[in-house]
Amino acid sequence: MIEINNITKSYKETMALSGINLHVNEGELFGLIGPDGAGKSTLIRILMTLLLPDSGEAKLDNLDVVENYKKIRKMVGYMPGRFSLYQDLSVEENLNFFATVFGTTVQENYDLIRDIFYQIEPFKSRRAGKLSGGMKQKLALSCALIHKPKILVLDEPTTGVDAVSRKEFWEMLKNLQQKGITILVSTPYMDEADLCDRVALIQNGQILDVDSPKQITEKFPRKIIQVGARNMYQLINDLRAYDKAEAVYAFGQYAHFTGLNDEVETNELDNYLQNLGHEKILVEEIPAGIEDVFMNLMEQ
Amino acid sequence: MKTILYLLQKEFRQIFRNKTILPMIFVVPIMQMLILVFAATYDMKRIDLVVVDHDMSENSRQLIAKFDGIPFFHVHHLEQSEKLAEDKLLNDEADAILVFPVNFERNLIRDDETKVQLLINAIESNSAQLIYAYSANIISDFNKDIIAEWKGIPEFTPPTKVEITENYWYNPELDYKWFMAPGILAILVTIIGMFMSGMNLVREKEIGTIEQLNVTPLKKYQFIIGKLIPFWIIGLFDLAFGLTIAWLVFDLPIVGSLFTLFFMAGIYLIGVLGLGLFISTLADTQQQVMFVSFFFMMIFVLMGGIFTPVESMPNWAQTIDRLNPIYYFMRVMRMVVLKGSNITDLLQELVSLSILGITFLSLAIWRYRKTA
Repeated sequence: MIEINNITKSYKETMALSGINLHVNEGELFGLIGPDGAGKSTLIRILMTLLLPDSGEAKLDNLDVVENYKKIRKMVGYMPGRFSLYQDLSVEENLNFFATVFGTTVQENYDLIRDIFYQIEPFKSRRAGKLSGGMKQKLALSCALIHKPKILVLDEPTTGVDAVSRKEFWEMLKNLQQKGITILVSTPYMDEADLCDRVALIQNGQILDVDSPKQITEKFPRKIIQVGARNMYQLINDLRAYDKAEAVYAFGQYAHFTGLNDEVETNELDNYLQNLGHEKILVEEIPAGIEDVFMNLMEQ
Repeated sequence: MKTILYLLQKEFRQIFRNKTILPMIFVVPIMQMLILVFAATYDMKRIDLVVVDHDMSENSRQLIAKFDGIPFFHVHHLEQSEKLAEDKLLNDEADAILVFPVNFERNLIRDDETKVQLLINAIESNSAQLIYAYSANIISDFNKDIIAEWKGIPEFTPPTKVEITENYWYNPELDYKWFMAPGILAILVTIIGMFMSGMNLVREKEIGTIEQLNVTPLKKYQFIIGKLIPFWIIGLFDLAFGLTIAWLVFDLPIVGSLFTLFFMAGIYLIGVLGLGLFISTLADTQQQVMFVSFFFMMIFVLMGGIFTPVESMPNWAQTIDRLNPIYYFMRVMRMVVLKGSNITDLLQELVSLSILGITFLSLAIWRYRKTA
């Protein structure tokens, strides 16, 4: 459904994308995972015909993003990273406006947005600018769907949204996927990767890996040890100072430890830390997460 | 067509909800007409004249009395030396000095000829010329009186002399407000055209709504027309509003047909709106639009002939003015309002404004990119 071949794009001296190849299947929920500045938005804007690539080609449903941009604009739904609806128009007016611009009506495609829109319907005469973050996001999604697009592209839809709304939002995306829409979503949150069918890890304008989240973590070759203690700062410093340590990262309230080889055992670390006088020590081996993979790939 | 109507509906909704723009649409014409027209005047309301009379004769006193008789001449008497009088000029307490030399009356009687000296503060060259013209009139009047008195024939003028009788057409009382009001209205229409449309478009860029709008099948021309028409309507509305104020407040005669006026204004507005939109397609922020538009606005207005006649500008400036839409519209406004010119008289302006309008609008549509 989405074919990206060797796309490059640079802004003056900065290489934003260097030779991106990607393939998204029809009906897939595909995640573009990477930190800020990785090139996610640039890639999405090229796909959305808002930016011309320096070289390479991209096709959406067999339509070239440069040559057939007019046709593409009719069949994609795009939700930019920044809230891009009219803040001084009401919820209903925004929806009607975008429906008209696409030459359709709200009634015609109401089925598609019903599940999303009914939650903000009570506020339909409220100005969009006065909505909460979560509601704005639902409105933006409704507007992006109003013309029944084949492909839905969302640029960091969950950035700056609370945890509950984020969860709800992913459920909505899953539902849309059921309705046969191909979805490409970018996010800087690694934990959201597990919710996608497949993900591409992107960093510095390059794709590091593409696979299902499960595959990506399963094929991770190293043993990860999760370590917790009361004094986190001291813990990380001590772990890093350990002579068999290769990588130590802070992951929320824990540290993830990778040894120089996978021979390092949990009780070995436990002893080491106890000798240093750490309290409330917790050491356990855990399966790798996307973030571990990412950190590891970035190191290479 | 339906799309354009919907775009217009959206624009008007936004304009009517905008707490700054909506009041401005009404406040700007009122303020401009009531304040600027009165303030921007060349009429001399008061001339402070210092008289240095070294002669102290009957004739010198007669001439001084004549000056004193003119309501806007305020005669300050008799500084005994030019030095003191010049100080007054320097301190801006006086606009002009009239000096009678010692033998003013004697020379007049003996030689039939005498001299007075007039020193005028020419910082503002326009007022200086006016002061000179008024004074020359008064003195020549004085001449006639003396001739009449000596020859004993009242109001006698030699038959050989050619006399000019003035009759000011189109503005018989030389009411400066009548001259200024159409000019100020032309500027008003320009402000709306250049600033409001441009700011509006670039605002969509700043807020980011254009990003969403660009990924729609909306056509370029639909978008630009959707941005143009609301301000075209507002511009014409404000012109009507301003004209009404001018008509009510200072009896501005509208000699020509209103249809001609609004027809020409409509064409003119397309040009300035196009220019404003063109500037905003090149800019990223309202600040940039503001700055660039203001730059053009200043040049256009000052070269447009609102204060100074374009005919007295150097040739190169007049050539540049061929590209200045305000120059044409300023002429149109004054010619239609004061003189009653019709479309046939304004053919050259019509053609020029049309060409400028089409050019600016095409540039705007061409430059507006849905991709970066």
